[in-house]
Amino acid sequence: MADMTGTPRDTFRLSQLLYDARYRSMTIQVIAAMLLMLSLAWLVDNTVQNLAALGKDFSFRFLWTTAGYDINQQIIPFSSQDTHARAALVGILNTLLVAFMGCILATVIGVLAGVLRLSKNFVVAGIMTFYVEAMRNTPLLIWILIVFAVMTEATPQPRDFREGGGASMILWDSVAISNRGVFVPKPLWGEGSGLVVAVFLLSIAAIFILRRVARKRQEQTGEQLPVFRLSLALFFIPALLAFFVMGQPITLEMPELGGFNFVGGIQIRNSLIALWLALSLYTSAFIAEIVRSGILAVSRGQTEAAFALGMQPNRTMQLVILPQALRVIIPPLISQFLNLTKNSSLALAVGYMDVRSTLGGITINQTGREIEGILLLGTFYLIVSLIISSAMNYYNSSVKLKER
Amino acid sequence: MKKSIFLGTLAVAGLAAGLASAQTLADVQARGSLKCGSNEGLAGFAFPDANGNMQGFDVALCRAIAAATLGDAQAVEFVPLTSQTRFTALAAGEVDVLVRNSTWTFTRDNDLGLDFVGVNYYDGQGFMVRKDLGVSSARELDGATVCIQTGTTTELNLADFFRVNAISYEPVPVATNAEGQQQYLAGACDVYTTDISGLAATRATFENAGDHVILPEVVSKEPLGPVVRHGDNAWGDIVRWTLFALLAAEEHEITSANVREIASAATDNPEINRMLGTEGELGQKLGLSSDWIVNVISSVGNYGEIFEAYIGENTPVGLARGLNAQWTNGGLMYAMPFN
Repeated sequence: MADMTGTPRDTFRLSQLLYDARYRSMTIQVIAAMLLMLSLAWLVDNTVQNLAALGKDFSFRFLWTTAGYDINQQIIPFSSQDTHARAALVGILNTLLVAFMGCILATVIGVLAGVLRLSKNFVVAGIMTFYVEAMRNTPLLIWILIVFAVMTEATPQPRDFREGGGASMILWDSVAISNRGVFVPKPLWGEGSGLVVAVFLLSIAAIFILRRVARKRQEQTGEQLPVFRLSLALFFIPALLAFFVMGQPITLEMPELGGFNFVGGIQIRNSLIALWLALSLYTSAFIAEIVRSGILAVSRGQTEAAFALGMQPNRTMQLVILPQALRVIIPPLISQFLNLTKNSSLALAVGYMDVRSTLGGITINQTGREIEGILLLGTFYLIVSLIISSAMNYYNSSVKLKER
Repeated sequence: MKKSIFLGTLAVAGLAAGLASAQTLADVQARGSLKCGSNEGLAGFAFPDANGNMQGFDVALCRAIAAATLGDAQAVEFVPLTSQTRFTALAAGEVDVLVRNSTWTFTRDNDLGLDFVGVNYYDGQGFMVRKDLGVSSARELDGATVCIQTGTTTELNLADFFRVNAISYEPVPVATNAEGQQQYLAGACDVYTTDISGLAATRATFENAGDHVILPEVVSKEPLGPVVRHGDNAWGDIVRWTLFALLAAEEHEITSANVREIASAATDNPEINRMLGTEGELGQKLGLSSDWIVNVISSVGNYGEIFEAYIGENTPVGLARGLNAQWTNGGLMYAMPFN
């Protein structure tokens, strides 16, 4: 005792690393880090050794060789004479397309189902409970295959649309639902169509400005503007006026039967529809639960206070409950978006050419570059996930409770 | 210092792991069964019979290899592999040999770290369409939707064929033959393309096989054969010479019915004697028993017997021998001499 409180001894002994509480945790961490690095080094070394034993090298040069295969759904032009790198890019764009569409639809359905599950109406709440439980307790792959089977087996073949075939196009002969996909009209941008689009974009900007002005006005004077009707008018009238003034520059190319298939128009392939719907329905069940928990997390007193002020139930939900619930909802919602994006790699099951099917499937198979391809694939999903979560975190910090 | 010793040990361990894979025969014999990568289901080539036993043209080669190395044609563990997973599974050592309608190409032989050891079926890629489409040539397929198995050579041939003929098509990728069949029958694609043997085998399972026609164009060479890992030459030799034994047995008219009888005493044909172990010791040179070919032929039959049993003209698949006839009958099947 006297020794400890007296002149402190500065000499450092090696055993202190283990027996002195000040150093012990540091020692353990350093050892753990070294073991981790050694095992990583062993993994890499083992891979390199085994590749060498098989006579393979580690190189990404294959990306710049001719791919040689075709891809049906191309957002950017692609032919079999392009490189594997471009094939990967086409796949990446297809992945991003289905992930983006999926996130939007899943959120819409999820919020609706979550709110409806809390409905006082027994039937509505019951149906939604069934929906949520059925969706989230069965594997996603099954839903993808079910939707795809319905799309290919229950819809008519293109040749059934010929005379006497028993199938017909819907919406004034503009849309054909066949077992190869849904064919919709394609807009053709004629001369002067740029102006129409510009007017349309300007009127959308005007709608946002109008809403801001209306809110300010309400805060200052208490008067309410008929925002919805004004917005609707702004949305349609200027763009339609510009369309007719410019002499109808935008025309529609209708899908028509030609040869084996429909030609013209835009083909939304069954694989895309099946993957999109299945991903959205599956993820929406989880989002519904997140929304429900978010709403239940807002204390009952908030609702009662809003009712006491004379607010109607839907206004209460919109203005009082949901804004507070969002703070609880957003963080788990991020991981659902990440899940949806990563789950889109099940695309191969229905032949949707996402990045897993092009880079991670055909390219790997034709070039034999499994390790390089899977590394690239992993890196891609990692980057996309990081981007999504940082964007959502940014949004989260903008809606979260600001403590002052 | 310590670290470098550790890494050095690791390097040796890694090297040892690499070398360990070069003893497939010893591994198979120690295990008591052969792991054979096979098709997940293709009529005539690899399919389970009513009792759940795997049967078929490719399966018979697996059984022959098992009979040669273990003396028991039933000691095979079949690992069903898709066209995408097959080469990776072989390279990773999950199977000892791959017999799964795999085309021998330069890239696969040299870039994948694998060795093709022979050809058990000379094939070519073709197209199957419905008869009522009225198509008589593949060049009339402009704008058609084509179902294709991904991860195959046919995928590349298809792209080349349509590009060279300057006609357009829409590929619908499928992962397995079963999926391709379902899509084709549902009319989700106009055309199904794969090796002609595969088309014939698939058509054989259709309810109305007569409503479908295989177009005359053969757009590629598809030599299908067994594959082993690169680097284990002794094992490669066993697989190669088992295949040759099947071919040579047909050439010498040794069948499953008469092989025991012929092997009971030396004949006046020295090659037959060497094959069946009544003269010389060819089996020992491969590390096998001297009656290895007797085991092979008595359990699976010769090449011609296998062909007729599973894919010949009297089966639903109904393939003619064509290129796969013996060289003496104008085909390409030519066993190297057992000398």
